[in-house]
Amino acid sequence: MTIKPIFTLKEAFKNLWRNRLMSIASVSSVTATLMILGIIFALIININAMAQSAKDQFDSIQAYLKEDITAVEIDAIITKLSAVNGVQSVAYESKADALVKMKESWKDNAYLLEGLEANPLPSSIIVYLKDIYYASSVLIEINGLSGIEEVKSYQDIVEQLLSITEAIRKAGIIVIFVLIAISTFIIHNTIKLTVNSRQREINIMKYVGATNWFIRWPFLAEGTLLGLFGAGIAALLIRFAYDAVFEIMHTDFYVLVSAYVVLPEVLMADIAFLFVVIGAGIGALGSIWSMRKYLNV
Amino acid sequence: MIEFQNVVKKYDNGVTALNGVSVKIEKGEFVFIVGPSGAGKSTFIKALLKEVKVTSGHIHMDDMEITKMHRRKVPFLRRKVGVVFQDFRLLPNKTVYENIAFAMEILGTPHRNIRKQVPMILALVGLTGKGNYYPNQLSGGEQQRVSIARSMINNPPILIADEPTGNLDPDTSWEIMKVLRTINRRGTTIIMATHDREIVDIMKKRVIALENGLIARDDKIGVYGYDD
Ligand SMILES: Nc1ncnc2c1ncn2[C@@H]1O[C@H](COP(=O)(O)OP(=O)(O)OP(=O)(O)O)[C@@H](O)[C@H]1O
Ligand SMILES: [Mg+2]
Repeated sequence: MTIKPIFTLKEAFKNLWRNRLMSIASVSSVTATLMILGIIFALIININAMAQSAKDQFDSIQAYLKEDITAVEIDAIITKLSAVNGVQSVAYESKADALVKMKESWKDNAYLLEGLEANPLPSSIIVYLKDIYYASSVLIEINGLSGIEEVKSYQDIVEQLLSITEAIRKAGIIVIFVLIAISTFIIHNTIKLTVNSRQREINIMKYVGATNWFIRWPFLAEGTLLGLFGAGIAALLIRFAYDAVFEIMHTDFYVLVSAYVVLPEVLMADIAFLFVVIGAGIGALGSIWSMRKYLNV
Repeated sequence: MIEFQNVVKKYDNGVTALNGVSVKIEKGEFVFIVGPSGAGKSTFIKALLKEVKVTSGHIHMDDMEITKMHRRKVPFLRRKVGVVFQDFRLLPNKTVYENIAFAMEILGTPHRNIRKQVPMILALVGLTGKGNYYPNQLSGGEQQRVSIARSMINNPPILIADEPTGNLDPDTSWEIMKVLRTINRRGTTIIMATHDREIVDIMKKRVIALENGLIARDDKIGVYGYDD
């Protein structure tokens, strides 16, 4: 069987034009669906990026040492912790180091520290983790050591961050599935109009011995075109919107957050692929669905 | 060869349209199916085309068992059987030529062959030169000839016609019958359901009479035999 792609496309365009109101409705619904999908996707990607950099920053555990600890004991702790599974490296921070660090981070207010008679800061051991995932097992190891006064870890913050990301991802997926179902339904209705108007033709085709796929193919082309139009428009709109948001984020006001915002080019590469696949999928599904009844002759 | 073995068709609404029909039709025969309205003639034809699923019994066509055939195979059954209807069923926005070519395109026939064969079939049904007409520019008899041409273009061994002259006046009906006779003489089996007494009586072909879903009569050279 020969399928003539150019002829099929021409016919498809003609039919879409004939039912242009429904075509516009279909394209709009796909566009709306994909826009929302795009927004959720952009959110998720950015939150993921932020969570990732947070993980990179918080992937250490600081164990404050007791005042009376000896150099030998410190060496023993370092050796022991270096061997623990999931530990990247272990560093020692003396009381003096801690003070220097604090002065650096206090910057203009550092003069307040000048008045101190003795250094009140404890010395500590900083354990860098290979991944935040090892935090709890390493914590157990550290707590089992003697000579440790107090442990500071970022586990709680990171876990909260991760659970927020997860919640957004789940909610997003549900919303997206509902929207995809809605636009598939709208495309299904549009294609049903052409199918209805060509019911006679389909019937005759069946009597002359056309296979279902021969009959389905042009309608499939129509539905897929609708989906792809929707995807194209949605991609453009998302591009403009995201560029605008990206601009705003780079004004001074948000400069702290903007370091984590994913570049438009990076986002658009993913979005373009996602939109084409989902748009074409919605269109194809809608049109095959709309033909089901008519092919059982 | 076509064989019905004890075929029963009960529609969902409880009507039994075929109530145990057994009949054999040999290759090359010309068979009229007659009987009162509602006797089951159209159902007989639909069962043969697998347009309806029979309730019980078997239908064989050559080496195919139609009753057991998978839905996906039905298109290939239909390619072996040309069909003509009372209402012609032509596509109004396609010319005569395109309507016939359409049936070949479906099978993926190369355009070279289509251009050669359509004029030949138009000559066979007596429509030479009318290829560029649209259906609404033709008389009923001419439209029915287009529909016969379309059903025959892929050379099916069997032609089924459900009241092909039902919408035509007597003279035009005879023109159609001449075309069908020509096709039958070339070796095509023809099964025709009809209410046309004159045609049945004059053609002197095999007549199968259905009544209440049963075969009431099957005569080698039969007559119409009803008063309607
Ligand atoms: N799709 C259907 N659903 C339910 N009942 C049907 C259906 N098609 C036909 N019937 C019934 O089956 C019986 C036989 O119908 P059929 O069309 O085979 O008769 P027919 O002999 O072709 O009649 P006619 O000469 O009027 O065309 C009738 O009682 C009819 O009402
Ligand atoms: Mg009938």
